[in-house]
Amino acid sequence: MTDQTNNPTAADEFLKGIWQQNPVFVQALGMCPVLAVTNSAKGALGMGLATAFVLVMSNIAVSSLRRFIPRQARIVTFILIIATFVTVVDYLIQAISLELHRMLGAFISLIVVNCLILGRAEAFASKNGIVRSALDGLGMGLGFAMALLCLGVVRELIGAGSVFGVSLLGDRFQTWVVMGLPPGGFFALAGWLLFFNWRAEARARKAAEAEEATS
Amino acid sequence: MNHDSLTPIFLNACLVNNFVLAYFLGICPFLGVSGKIGSAVRMGGAVTFVMLVSATCACGIQAFLTWINAPFLKLISFIAVIAATVQVVEMFIRKVSPALFRTLGIFLPLITTNCAILGETLFQTNKGYGLVQSLVFALGAGAGFTLALTLMAGLREKLEILDTPKIVQGAAMTMILAGLLSICFMGFAGIGN
Amino acid sequence: MSAPESQTSEAPVVKRPGMWPIYRSVVGIGLLCGFAIVVAFEATKPIIQRNQLAFREQAIKSVLSGAETTKAFRAKDGGGFEAAAADAQGGDLVFAGYDANGKLVGLALEASGMGYQDIVRMLYGYSFEKQAILGIKVLESRETPGLGDRIETDPQFLKNFGTLDVSVTPDGSEVAHPIEFVKSGEKTSDWQVDGISGATITSRATANMLRASSEKWIPLVRSRKEDFESK
Repeated sequence: MTDQTNNPTAADEFLKGIWQQNPVFVQALGMCPVLAVTNSAKGALGMGLATAFVLVMSNIAVSSLRRFIPRQARIVTFILIIATFVTVVDYLIQAISLELHRMLGAFISLIVVNCLILGRAEAFASKNGIVRSALDGLGMGLGFAMALLCLGVVRELIGAGSVFGVSLLGDRFQTWVVMGLPPGGFFALAGWLLFFNWRAEARARKAAEAEEATS
Repeated sequence: MNHDSLTPIFLNACLVNNFVLAYFLGICPFLGVSGKIGSAVRMGGAVTFVMLVSATCACGIQAFLTWINAPFLKLISFIAVIAATVQVVEMFIRKVSPALFRTLGIFLPLITTNCAILGETLFQTNKGYGLVQSLVFALGAGAGFTLALTLMAGLREKLEILDTPKIVQGAAMTMILAGLLSICFMGFAGIGN
Repeated sequence: MSAPESQTSEAPVVKRPGMWPIYRSVVGIGLLCGFAIVVAFEATKPIIQRNQLAFREQAIKSVLSGAETTKAFRAKDGGGFEAAAADAQGGDLVFAGYDANGKLVGLALEASGMGYQDIVRMLYGYSFEKQAILGIKVLESRETPGLGDRIETDPQFLKNFGTLDVSVTPDGSEVAHPIEFVKSGEKTSDWQVDGISGATITSRATANMLRASSEKWIPLVRSRKEDFESK
């Protein structure tokens, strides 16, 4: 990790996941749940928080066990740890809200293969202390949840005219049903990526203009 | 127990509920590998093969877990078996056919964290398929995955010679294309009934 | 599963530390994980069961308006029905709903089948008096919000229920007019289900499920109405 050389503060570890290294929009990791469960804001938020929980817990577990795990057995133990927390979260969601569990279905189990979680365990938690790993997991997890929520709100608003089940656009609005269907997931994500590309482009152009003005 | 007949299972898994375009499983290789038709087909072949092996294993595990009445161990044992399957398949291919290994080799480690494989095993147990149904389901899912990957690769090969605006290049363009493909696949709805 | 895992391709590169630490960590962590899963499973089990029962109870009451208490029944082998435990599971259950005076309101039966994308399971209410299906409630569905879930929300579609005719033939052996599906706006008889335009596949699937389930169950329960009357 490059940012280890200039000793980032704890706050930096937390914030980087939310913005600069946002797992979805910047690193394009863990796309499968991003697209599958974001046809409603509620499902998106539930999935985001479940993933964040697994990420924090597995980062803590991996970080505290890191001296005990030999290099060769690393991946298999990480996967075991992640699968454990996913199973736990599956039962927790069933206990909290059966309706949410019905909405997310098999995609809760599929958190196991979210490359984001294994990636953070491998790249960060296996090399850093417990507190830092927890903060890293929390930041990345919240960044992931936020990205999911962004997509979920847009898709539900356009696809069903409501957000979190509350109708906002009124009856006159002709809903774009396609946004709630699988293709809508691809289109909504494409829209957000376009937005970020456009911002990066605009910022680069502004920076170039400023440089020209000073020289 | 589920009594669906085999043809609808295959068509549903392959076309109606295409793993990539309707369930979004296996998006990572879909975005990453699908630059060339040749490597897309080989990747699809590798995934289909591992799917068939892990579907067989998953059937056995599910029966065993039901027998010892421990459904909560399902996820952890499935993922462990898939990881082990990939390793064994890799070693087996390396021994038996070095030529095949050279073409498939680099894809195999990627498959462990491919959600399509785990998704296939979870769906087949959720639907209560037996062994033959599971194998047909795995075959359909693998064929659908290969189909989506190949279509995407073909589009991308054409895209390379097109002059597109800078902000749509890269992942955004892939997403738009995937969305259009997904709309096309929605036209298959109902043929599996 | 530890054997193939421990021989990753890096093994020859690293100075072999022996297999013992690898086994120790994999088995140790495996045991810890298993323990954690069992604890979570046992801790949440009663809550999950309570949630599921509450959900079922609510579903039964929503398809049988006026029902205050419910009771589960199971088909006996030799015909007829016997009371089942309140937390019984399975597809062969029939639920009876009673109003505040303990009078039988109707039965809630289960139907399932292939919807637009995946299996749909639903509960429907049956009234002995009206010989009609009263309402439906989807129990399990992965249908798309905005399309498939319109079978629960579309007001035009919901008008089908309440009067959907499933009366039996005079000898009571079968449903006189099996439920039929017609396109939106073409409904002429009480046993036809008026489809939803824009969600034809799911609404047709719903009608098919109801037909299959009603043909199987209605003659059976009708002949044994006294089994469900509260004592």
